[in-house]
Amino acid sequence: MNPRPTPSPEPRIGFYVCHCGSNIADSVDCAEVARYVAGLPGVVIARDYKYMCSDPGQELIQHDIREHGLNRVVVASCSPLLHEATFRKAVSKAGLNPFLFQMVNIREHVSWVHKDRQAATAKARALARAAVERVRYHRPLQPVRVPIRAEALVIGGGIAGIHAALTLAEAGKRVILVERQPSIGGHMAQLDKTFPTLDCAACILTPKMSAVRAHPNITLWTYSEVIRVEGYVGNFTVTVRRKPRYVNETLCVGCKACVEACVFKDGRFPDEFNAGLSRRKPIYLPFPQATPQVVLIDPDRCLNLKTGKCKKTCVEACDRNAIVFDQQPEIHEVQVGTVIVATGFKLFDPARIPQYGYGRYPNVFTTLEVERLVNSSGPTGGEIRLRDGRTPRSVGFILCVGSRDHHTNPWCSRTCCMHSMKLALLIREHLDAEVTIFYMDIRAPGKGYEEFYDRCLREGIQFVRGRVAEVTDWAMTPEEEGKLVVRVEDTLAGFVRRIPLDMVVLAVGKEPQPDAQELRRLLNLSCSAEGWFLERHPKLAPVSTFTDGIFLAGCCQGPKDIPDTVAQAGAAAAEALALMDRGHIEQEPNTAYVDADHCSGCKSCLPLCPYSAIQFDENRGKANINEALCKGCGTCVAACPSGSIHQNLFDDEQVFAEIEGVLSHA
Amino acid sequence: MHIQRTIKYEADRVRGFAEEIMSLAGCDRLKSCIQCGTCSGTCPLSIYMDHTPRQIMALVRADFKNEVLRSRTIWLCASCYACTVECPRQIRITDIMYALKQRAIQEGVYPRRFPIPVLAHEFSRMARRYGRITETLLVMRLFLKSDWRALFRSWRMGLGLLRTGRFSLRRERIRRVQELDQMLATIPEAPATPSTPRQTP
Amino acid sequence: MKYAYFPGCSLKGLGRAYEESLLPVLRHLGVELQELDDWNCCGATAYMSVDENRAAVLASRNLALAENNGSTELLAPCSACYLVLNKLQHHITEFPDLRSTVQTALQRAGLAYRGTVRVRHPLDVLVHEIGLDVIREKVVRPLRGLKVAPYYGCQIVRPYATFDDAHQPTTMDRLLTTLGAEVVSYPLKTKCCGGSLTGTVPEAGLRLSYILLKEALRRGAHVVATVCPLCHFNLDAYHEEMERRWGPVRIPTVYFTQLMGLAFGLEPQQLGLHRNLVPFTFPIETTAAA
Repeated sequence: MNPRPTPSPEPRIGFYVCHCGSNIADSVDCAEVARYVAGLPGVVIARDYKYMCSDPGQELIQHDIREHGLNRVVVASCSPLLHEATFRKAVSKAGLNPFLFQMVNIREHVSWVHKDRQAATAKARALARAAVERVRYHRPLQPVRVPIRAEALVIGGGIAGIHAALTLAEAGKRVILVERQPSIGGHMAQLDKTFPTLDCAACILTPKMSAVRAHPNITLWTYSEVIRVEGYVGNFTVTVRRKPRYVNETLCVGCKACVEACVFKDGRFPDEFNAGLSRRKPIYLPFPQATPQVVLIDPDRCLNLKTGKCKKTCVEACDRNAIVFDQQPEIHEVQVGTVIVATGFKLFDPARIPQYGYGRYPNVFTTLEVERLVNSSGPTGGEIRLRDGRTPRSVGFILCVGSRDHHTNPWCSRTCCMHSMKLALLIREHLDAEVTIFYMDIRAPGKGYEEFYDRCLREGIQFVRGRVAEVTDWAMTPEEEGKLVVRVEDTLAGFVRRIPLDMVVLAVGKEPQPDAQELRRLLNLSCSAEGWFLERHPKLAPVSTFTDGIFLAGCCQGPKDIPDTVAQAGAAAAEALALMDRGHIEQEPNTAYVDADHCSGCKSCLPLCPYSAIQFDENRGKANINEALCKGCGTCVAACPSGSIHQNLFDDEQVFAEIEGVLSHA
Repeated sequence: MHIQRTIKYEADRVRGFAEEIMSLAGCDRLKSCIQCGTCSGTCPLSIYMDHTPRQIMALVRADFKNEVLRSRTIWLCASCYACTVECPRQIRITDIMYALKQRAIQEGVYPRRFPIPVLAHEFSRMARRYGRITETLLVMRLFLKSDWRALFRSWRMGLGLLRTGRFSLRRERIRRVQELDQMLATIPEAPATPSTPRQTP
Repeated sequence: MKYAYFPGCSLKGLGRAYEESLLPVLRHLGVELQELDDWNCCGATAYMSVDENRAAVLASRNLALAENNGSTELLAPCSACYLVLNKLQHHITEFPDLRSTVQTALQRAGLAYRGTVRVRHPLDVLVHEIGLDVIREKVVRPLRGLKVAPYYGCQIVRPYATFDDAHQPTTMDRLLTTLGAEVVSYPLKTKCCGGSLTGTVPEAGLRLSYILLKEALRRGAHVVATVCPLCHFNLDAYHEEMERRWGPVRIPTVYFTQLMGLAFGLEPQQLGLHRNLVPFTFPIETTAAA
């Protein structure tokens, strides 16, 4: 039971004001503040010092606690966000309960916002007095320990999610990997080769995909989505909806006999994996290396599921009876300690820039479409062909489509320069074609990237520095007839050029996923102005978020290439591991508690708690607050009609004392 | 063979010129120009210009006033706004071209009988004086002041216009010209042409 | 329906056929136009080249007069007038300095402008206010077999793409299709005709108009439809010079309102078609190229 706070019978307060170098001392007369506070009742010692947070500064406090028998400490310096923990630790090392300490912000609240020295010093004095009055009412408290579960959830099964899941699993933690598509692999699975080494993407990715499938610590849920997240760090309750494949995942071995046997003799519907360049049947395996190697049935296209009138040759063909037409969605609830968000990106839709003719002229492609064309398990078996089947003799790449453009997306998508150069090189290898890259800048910052650019130059790829305004089929000369013409200022050579091309490739940029806003609301994350998930600090905390226990990995946090994605995934896993291995987290004991003697059992507080931390004890007829769940928001404290809920560190007596301290100075 | 030496020193820059141009309505986005060349690529007249629109933007930003005002570029701009619409930094290039035209006319920096600034001058004179333009009279003044031989070359067109009833010499004017006078009097006079137009070197 | 009408200098001069066809066509659709009394020249591109403040003040008188008459919408068929007035409207909203310059000037003449007038183009009003269904009902002589290249030019779609897309506008295409004509695919539909450069710097300006006509022919068009009197002049009046410099481009140009009038059964003479320097008749007696 929490005793009601009463002023300490004999407060022995130590007060310290920090110069913070010149940050505070320039505006506030620190010595004067110390002198003023020294004269207040209960203050045993008052000092001013240049850097209180430094070792000598902390030792000063510890020395005084021992020498002068201090039982309360107040430090007037910077923001508690910065150094409250530092001083509390210092105080507890000297044997005093850390919650008998109060911090006053005279930097962000005074010296950084006021120029008048006299006024600033007066304000500092008032705030100092307030803290001194308040700290009398502080009582010793113990931080609340919350256990962290050793299970992790990874949302997104691209290379970021895969790497994070494997790292966590290898460390002995149980991982649930939820992926929306029917297979893991993400965008990387659609690539042919990866820059700058030209490693085959599938060759380096599929071993990791298999490892995920096989790992005893990983539960792989594909074709599934997270629909609800409740709880807090260390104790998340996540609800996952598994969409019906209409195929039993444990029975299907991916032999594809059903696909063969389907009543649709040929593919009829755009194949998503091949960027719509080929067609698939309603029953299909997303791609040859799909993991899990299980087919699925598209309910919007399957004749049986849509009309009920089908011979169901697929069922006949399956000798394992794996097809289940009445399969229902499954709802699962899991408890995890940490969450890693690795939901990736979406490609810019070039139809939004009509000047480039995507969708109007058949031979305007995106980089992803060309990637599929070049891939040997793609729609053309690795042959680069125009939409009418001809082989292109001249190819042009237009960079920064939907990037660096204030009409669409102002940011740089980071990988398109390298991606386009890679495709240009592959096209030169496959065909004897002239390839030209139209660019504003070539961004090749990674390891081996600049050398790759040089290689492309030496292989005879033409580079024209000029942003293309328009792709047109208007021919001015006979050589332009039947081609796509690009009119561009060759800014380096110094004249305008018209270049006829057989094929135009648009280097489309990256955007946040269309449902990023919904996901962030589920997880209570912030987004940057552009829509990418927000990291805690752009330089020093790139994988954690403002929600404890939730981490980010990969392009969902911002555009990046594969090396950086994998590095970030490893970092996110490491930070999640740090939490889970420590096994607990200590929470600020600013929790609310019920004074049972005064509680009337009206139950007004119960529905108000956003964290469902209040229970009602029917036997005693009193409300009871779970300390571990309480986040100290103060809603119930304010709402209780009988005033019988109080909050540690924000008791009425403490707050009133603070107010009086400020007013008495005035 | 004529060998030319071209090097620009800091003394060739006219400090403050960029600020001046950018202070005109809505032209401060010029600061964001990344010299991508989209404007020149889309400009239908860029192939006739001595400096492409992109180059003009670079020159303006670097305070090379003399090079800019003496270029043919600003007069060859047809105000089609293609550059303004395509610019990825949404710079109002056409408006900057207008600002440069205004500067050049104010300072008299164009060849004496160059038809385009002459047209601008004659047009604004007629609009101010009568409130409306009589196209035939305007064209005749334009040719007289720039290239009177062109008048004779267009005799066939003139006949055609007469025949089809589009050739009218009747002066178009508004009734309340004094309103125009009153309104324009509130604006400090910027000379349409200075008294002694300078020749371009 | 009634609209305040700003003809602009050209529609009373070289471009009179535009007005001659616009007025009866709109009357046929039940729309009356009230010419703005004592309107003055908008300044076009020329005045803006001399002084932007004076140009703004000159144009603003028209908006003030329209507002004073109680008009909330002003129809401006000429592309240059349409742009100048629209741009002025945008600029005085966006730039307080310019707004105060204009208001001070207007005040001196006993006028005022509060910013309530919307400048409209007839193409916009026809397609979006009157509607293609109403127009279709009035078609008595569908332009069957006529291939038209729809030429929008610059200033009604740029920089303010108010009523149609700046890159792929379709209002005129749809209107012409409603008249029964066949609209050819015309990638140059928003490319500049050269404006006032055709007469002053023909090797550059005139060539732009030449390219427009050449491509229209190549695409199989019988006629080019325009919305602007200067575009019409450039495309109609220089055929001999174009032929001398670069080659023949025998394709007529008409105003889209003239085609509307023909489809409505009005006589060519009523629509000013006799004013074309390059003659146009419908039905086509002799097909022009391709």
